[in-house]
Amino acid sequence: MARKLNLRIWRGDSTSGALQDVQVDVNEGEVVLDVIHRVQATQMGDLAVRWNCKAGKCGSCSMEINGKPRLACMTQVAAYPEGETITVTPLRTFPVIKDLVTDVSFNYKKAMEIPAYAPPADLAPGEARMQQVDVERSQEFRKCIECFLCQNVCHVIRDHEENKKSFAGPRFFIRIAELDMHPLDILKNRKKTAQEEHGLGMCNITKCCTEVCPEHIRITDNAIIPMKERVVDVKYDPARWLGSKIRRREGI
Amino acid sequence: MSGVFSPTRAKIKERTLRTDKWWLQPLLTFGVLFSFIIYATFRAFENDNYFTEPLISPFYSPCLSEACVPGSTLFGWTPVSAQIFNFALSPALIILIFPLGFRMTCYYYRKAYYRAFWLSPPACAVAEPHETYSGETKAPLILQNAHRWFFYAGLVFNVFLTYDAIISFKSEDGQWGHMSVGSLVLLISSSLLWFYSLSCHTCRHTVGGRLKHFSKHPIRYKLWTWVSILNHKHQQFAWYSLAAVAFADIYVRQVASGAWTNFYFF
Repeated sequence: MARKLNLRIWRGDSTSGALQDVQVDVNEGEVVLDVIHRVQATQMGDLAVRWNCKAGKCGSCSMEINGKPRLACMTQVAAYPEGETITVTPLRTFPVIKDLVTDVSFNYKKAMEIPAYAPPADLAPGEARMQQVDVERSQEFRKCIECFLCQNVCHVIRDHEENKKSFAGPRFFIRIAELDMHPLDILKNRKKTAQEEHGLGMCNITKCCTEVCPEHIRITDNAIIPMKERVVDVKYDPARWLGSKIRRREGI
Repeated sequence: MSGVFSPTRAKIKERTLRTDKWWLQPLLTFGVLFSFIIYATFRAFENDNYFTEPLISPFYSPCLSEACVPGSTLFGWTPVSAQIFNFALSPALIILIFPLGFRMTCYYYRKAYYRAFWLSPPACAVAEPHETYSGETKAPLILQNAHRWFFYAGLVFNVFLTYDAIISFKSEDGQWGHMSVGSLVLLISSSLLWFYSLSCHTCRHTVGGRLKHFSKHPIRYKLWTWVSILNHKHQQFAWYSLAAVAFADIYVRQVASGAWTNFYFF
């Protein structure tokens, strides 16, 4: 049974824009992306929206729905009280291109700044062996679909544009953590560069990245805080520093 | 103009478009933590009503000052002077710095007070009011990296408070084998402090989190998995233990002042 939904959609580009009200039919079980597509098909033919899989796995349809960063394809219209107006805007951390589409290239630049996986030089292709317990911890981080909702909600760059040059963001802290916890990765300075080059110290643990992650990755508890503790090991703990010099126990 | 109002971003004049009660959680956090700070400050300076056989307030334990009331010291050991520069020194002031430091640098409380007190940010996707931000990269916030030292100190304090809970199973004249409401209060308080400490992120890192190869350290891996289970509830333990410690102090204060009677079950 279709009902009418009041929708406010932000329309514009980098020079100007405004929220526009529309009324649209919505059917039982539909998600916000369905409704946006209906608006696009019936009322706003030139409405720009990025989407792909409609299954919560490609990370394309990230936007802000009633002010919260979400995947439009995973947000049930029925989750909002009947009669409530749903407001849809583009991500507010990245430059807007048109309507609901933003330029997320910041994230790709940051991805390129993270040193790649570095296996031992004498490890031939096909010879890598790992125990399941060693794999499990970083497997959680591999669930990331790169929707960049965590990057969008992080106040370090959302509220401070000037920090973008020195802050990689939660998505890339889980990448650094994944590599630093990898038993076969031999790059020694990931902890120091996480702090000194990628801005780990700017994170103040407010856990918004974890709250918005559609894959439910425990970004703060399992990646950022462990990395902060590892940074303390090498930078702020004289006892650990001394122990590492005496016993040479790197990479245990 | 910075942040969400930066020139290249979508032109939206509201600081947030959230329609839920996003302000409620930081407001509650502020209210509870601020109340605790006021109460703890008052009690730290009160320097009275912290001991009555066999109960001692967790705010004053271990009592290490020459000013401690008779019977409240740890085996009679009082290494700290009763006053500094002619100012009377409350025994609580000597020790509260450690549990306070542990909570102030705790990864959970950091989230709580950065949001509730410093509004950085007040809630997710709600623009913060500050013009600049450097996080925990500069003094004084870089001192958050000292969390592990407060964690170690906290473990020592937990031992003392557990000892206090054990000796509370004495009668008022020192006979073992009795149990009062005060015994239960101190037991619950010290137990929750253990849960809070052992669920700590630094504890998780120390027991095994810093390893690259879990498979080469099966015992530490097992410890890490146990602490990880507790770590899921660290936020709850943080609040429960705070409430329990505050109530334990209130209870001892009321009993010591004569306002309440410490009821003995047996």
